[in-house]
Amino acid sequence: MTNNDGPHVGFFVTCIVDSMRPNIGFASLKLLEDAGCTVEVPTAQTCCGQPAFNSGDDATTKAIAKQVIEAFEPFGYVVVPSGSCASMIRSHYGELFADDPAWQSRQKALSAKTWEVLSFLTDVMKYTPSATYQGTATYHDSCSGLRDLGVHDQPRALLAHVQGLSVVPLEGNNECCGFGGTFCVKYPELSTAVVTDKTTKIKATQADTLLGGDMGCLMNMAGKLSREGREMRVFHTIEVLADMADGPGICAPRLK
Amino acid sequence: MKQTSHQFNENVARALAEPTLKVALDRTTTLLRTRRAKVIDAFPQYAKARETAQKIKDHTLDHLGHYLRQFEENAKANGAQVHWAATPEDARQIVSDICRAQNAKTATRVKSMLGEEIGIAQALSDAGVERVETDLAEHIIQLADDPPSHIVMPAMHKTHEQVAELFAQKHKDPGDQQDIPSLVESARRELRPKFMNADISISGANFLIADTGSFVTITNEGNAELTTTPPKTHIVTVGIEKMVPSLKHAAVFIRLLSRAAIGTEITQYTTFYNGPKRDGDRDGPENLHIVLVDNHRSDMLSDFLRPMLRCIRCGACMNHCPVYAAVGGHAYGAVYPGPMGSVLTPAMTGLKGSKDLPNACTLNGRCKEVCPVNIPLPDMLRSLRARQFESGMVTPKARWSLKLWAMLATRPALYHFGTSVANMMLRVLARGRGKISAVPLAGGWTRTRDLPQPEAGTFMQQYRKQKR
Repeated sequence: MTNNDGPHVGFFVTCIVDSMRPNIGFASLKLLEDAGCTVEVPTAQTCCGQPAFNSGDDATTKAIAKQVIEAFEPFGYVVVPSGSCASMIRSHYGELFADDPAWQSRQKALSAKTWEVLSFLTDVMKYTPSATYQGTATYHDSCSGLRDLGVHDQPRALLAHVQGLSVVPLEGNNECCGFGGTFCVKYPELSTAVVTDKTTKIKATQADTLLGGDMGCLMNMAGKLSREGREMRVFHTIEVLADMADGPGICAPRLK
Repeated sequence: MKQTSHQFNENVARALAEPTLKVALDRTTTLLRTRRAKVIDAFPQYAKARETAQKIKDHTLDHLGHYLRQFEENAKANGAQVHWAATPEDARQIVSDICRAQNAKTATRVKSMLGEEIGIAQALSDAGVERVETDLAEHIIQLADDPPSHIVMPAMHKTHEQVAELFAQKHKDPGDQQDIPSLVESARRELRPKFMNADISISGANFLIADTGSFVTITNEGNAELTTTPPKTHIVTVGIEKMVPSLKHAAVFIRLLSRAAIGTEITQYTTFYNGPKRDGDRDGPENLHIVLVDNHRSDMLSDFLRPMLRCIRCGACMNHCPVYAAVGGHAYGAVYPGPMGSVLTPAMTGLKGSKDLPNACTLNGRCKEVCPVNIPLPDMLRSLRARQFESGMVTPKARWSLKLWAMLATRPALYHFGTSVANMMLRVLARGRGKISAVPLAGGWTRTRDLPQPEAGTFMQQYRKQKR
């Protein structure tokens, strides 16, 4: 399906998708190619540097950011299946190179061409998916994607094309789930209190599926729902859009 | 109040173990969020007003010295006495000296956060003055001997059921326990006689107006006017950052403040004070003292924390903060709670004694989104973390985990080997159940949440295999 005239996309897989749920990565590749992009995954990538950035270790973050800049320089676009990591590159890398003119222009070029996958498919590629999913889903807007990148209407517009799927509103859809990267590790009790508020609202929707755009948040909510004994299918939106949500959801029992 | 920010985790544990607190917080934050959203939606000029407010504040802060001098001159011309306090100790000294000079026995007080910040209760007790809180919520927490837990609604941590119980113990005529208006009436009966007989009144100010030398109080209860009118002496304690150039500029903030704070278009009472009682006036104080307090505000002016001085103390950031909604204001262990407090407390009392505050935040950005003067709270909290990191205030464990992770993250080949090993180990732990209920070193997560079983092989492993 590769169209050589289409945009040359470097895919940034994100550390959590890479190690926990590659399906999100492959679903993204499938849709990007279907939308007419030529996609490559540079192997010199690891993480966007957010754990160090949010811990206040700016020197380490800068070293990682330089690695990301170099790895993705050859591409026309950088696409990321996470609002949080896309926003790290797009909205926060600038803070690191404010006093470094040699790297600043390279950083600016990278930030300007970096997109969250759902908004890239909608806003840049004007893509219409064709997929089928039987169920009633509710949608959680992850914070960085929503507030830093304005990802709100795009996933809903894409999901409206999925046959068999109905989407019901979630009260507090724009409220944090308590994941917060290292926050959930450093303050597990606080994080638990916040995610408990979230799962209470998710359960109140009566939906059978929870969708979102960030594996970190999805892992947090799915993990809590699973511990509460709630059998709910939890997927990244891109898995549903790519017709790759037929396997077990996040935290669900394996079939094989 | 005694600062306990250094015991943040203990405070959090105590708050989470208190089921009534959660009920109180849920009731009020839900109400405030809903009302704010509604009233902002119905205010088409909101975005413009917010931008104008930010510009006015930034301009005023750029020329703060000029406006403070102008304010002092005009306030003196109005007949007020102006005092300068660099520290809370200075401010307390000024207040207690005034009380002693007046031979004062009782003082009625209008709630103000600056008063809490400088320890006004201490200043009054040093001068042997009996303090009467006249704000309803402050009256409640004075009876309960509690510190405030919110900057706009100091008794937000209490349910009305708890208040009814408290009044039943402390008021002569406690009102109908089931009925909130009747409880309010009870407080009114209790407080009314005290207004008329106080020697001193103490208030804060929401805004200082440079070109008229006046100041503004904004309340819903009318207690400010009742408090400051009868006594012979009125003392105003106020932070220097409350300055605006003119009345016209103050109007921009007045339109924003109560919308952001409690979701109403305006409050019941907005009063402009222009000096003490003049010849021919029927009432009002004979002496008016304005105490202008710095307390590290000038340090913040020349720092990355400068935008924090735009704050108009509306409390919207705490009303929308998931951490505040989980534990309430007392957990922060300081005068100012919530996101704004997590910036102000380290600035005013040092990062050392409040090192958890900038960290106990998910950086979700909602506080910044709802801030009527567009303060980049998450960015400042992160910058405080960077300051902690640079000055070696991070635990050795956190530092070493970061170093180890950074070593891997900057070596892609090694990193991919490491993640493939971790991927395999997690699958072993999951034993095919799809989830993992206990992971060594990740107890904080798995105590309350399952961890998903990873797919077989990392993305990079699978991608490479496909490519071959």
